[in-house]
Amino acid sequence: MRVIRIIPCLDVDKGRVVKGVNFVDLRDAGDPVELASVYNQQGADEIVFLDITASSDSRETLYEVVRRTAEEIFIPFTVGGGIRSVEDARQILRLGADKVSLNTAAVLRPDLISDVANEFGNQCVVVAIDARRSDTTSCGFEVFTHGGREGTGLSLLEWAQKAVEKGAGEILLTSMDRDGTKDGFDIEMLKTVSQVTSVPLIASGGAGGAKDMADGALLGGADALLAASIFHFGEMTVPEVRKELLKAGLTVRGA
Amino acid sequence: MTFRPSVAVFDYGIGNLRSAQKALEFAGAEAFLTDDKSILEEADGVVLPGVGAFGRCAEALVESDLFVLAASMAEKAASGGKPFLGICVGMQLLYKGSDESVGVNGLGILNSQVKAIEGDVKIPQMQWNELKCDFTHPMLKGIEKNPWVYFVHGYSAPKTKESIAFCDYGTEVNAAVAVNNLWATQFHPEKSGETGIAILRNFLSLLESDRS
Repeated sequence: MRVIRIIPCLDVDKGRVVKGVNFVDLRDAGDPVELASVYNQQGADEIVFLDITASSDSRETLYEVVRRTAEEIFIPFTVGGGIRSVEDARQILRLGADKVSLNTAAVLRPDLISDVANEFGNQCVVVAIDARRSDTTSCGFEVFTHGGREGTGLSLLEWAQKAVEKGAGEILLTSMDRDGTKDGFDIEMLKTVSQVTSVPLIASGGAGGAKDMADGALLGGADALLAASIFHFGEMTVPEVRKELLKAGLTVRGA
Repeated sequence: MTFRPSVAVFDYGIGNLRSAQKALEFAGAEAFLTDDKSILEEADGVVLPGVGAFGRCAEALVESDLFVLAASMAEKAASGGKPFLGICVGMQLLYKGSDESVGVNGLGILNSQVKAIEGDVKIPQMQWNELKCDFTHPMLKGIEKNPWVYFVHGYSAPKTKESIAFCDYGTEVNAAVAVNNLWATQFHPEKSGETGIAILRNFLSLLESDRS
């Protein structure tokens, strides 16, 4: 039985949740632990925190968020942003996170994925990929790093396959073109990855409503559906998404 | 004052054990992570968590010199001694071995081999799933209304007479076992929201009844 997960994502900047459009124009969206607690009560299946500044001076603030979350919320939560070493991952996990999400550092040094997976298990390693449509790669999508600021010339398809080979337990795939636009997930991009990788795929970037969420799983082949702004600004609740997924014939927790 | 049973969580240098400790505290225990044998032996109950590969967990138990103690505590629990809860790979370790790490010995309390999940499904199972079980068992009492729990695993123990809960993933997967005071779950109660906390409370109740 394949059960689709609904995952609110909290982009954290200096201890606050923020949300932008196409990775810029950030707006404040609240306290991360409070929001996580609300989503937990709504029945979210997991929570993801991404520290989008990930500068050294914001680390302590992030650690505090992770520690407070672990005290209050008993569903899986993933933390990403600025994790560059096994020791960084250990610190985050020791504070109570269940998984770490690797992005830029993994592109720069793919062995980081296997290092973390060997130490803590594949289930602990989410490889987050930010990509956008591009004519420069064979699959039509190019991987970006540094919060979407730097193109790598890497093909999404090749990088996703390599990440899985190195030990990624999940792929969190964000469409930069769709991020914050509410135009729906980039279905073609999701299919590019879901058709070739064996590990669970988390769809991200562009969900504007419950129907978009359902399409991510039905058409894109995603196993989990992530959204940020539509949850934070009260446009959609987790139960509404759940209802829509059920209506679309998908299986979700609690039904 | 209400009784807060003490629970010692085997801290043997693997993965993220903090979440198990936090959830046990939330459920009402005095919980601590420790590799100190005397503390493990003196606690009202013990928890053996485990994440990652079977072989790595078994080796880590050996390296931290806790393998023999874990085996003897699990064996005693199975014959009515101090309650013992294994979680995820901590459940798999109770068996003889696992196809994931051929040649590595488990604790051998349960006489089967852990095998890869079969069927046309993504591996690992990383999702919530619904338990099918006997809700009258002390581990599962009170969870009838929402028996959804969180799994992360690519291997599972075969169904045996010790199995008390299952989930449907490719085939019917063994989700929990119980022999006397030896309990184990393939899923993560510490990550399964209120249902998981209820299961941990049931474990704490076992500690209380064991004490009185």
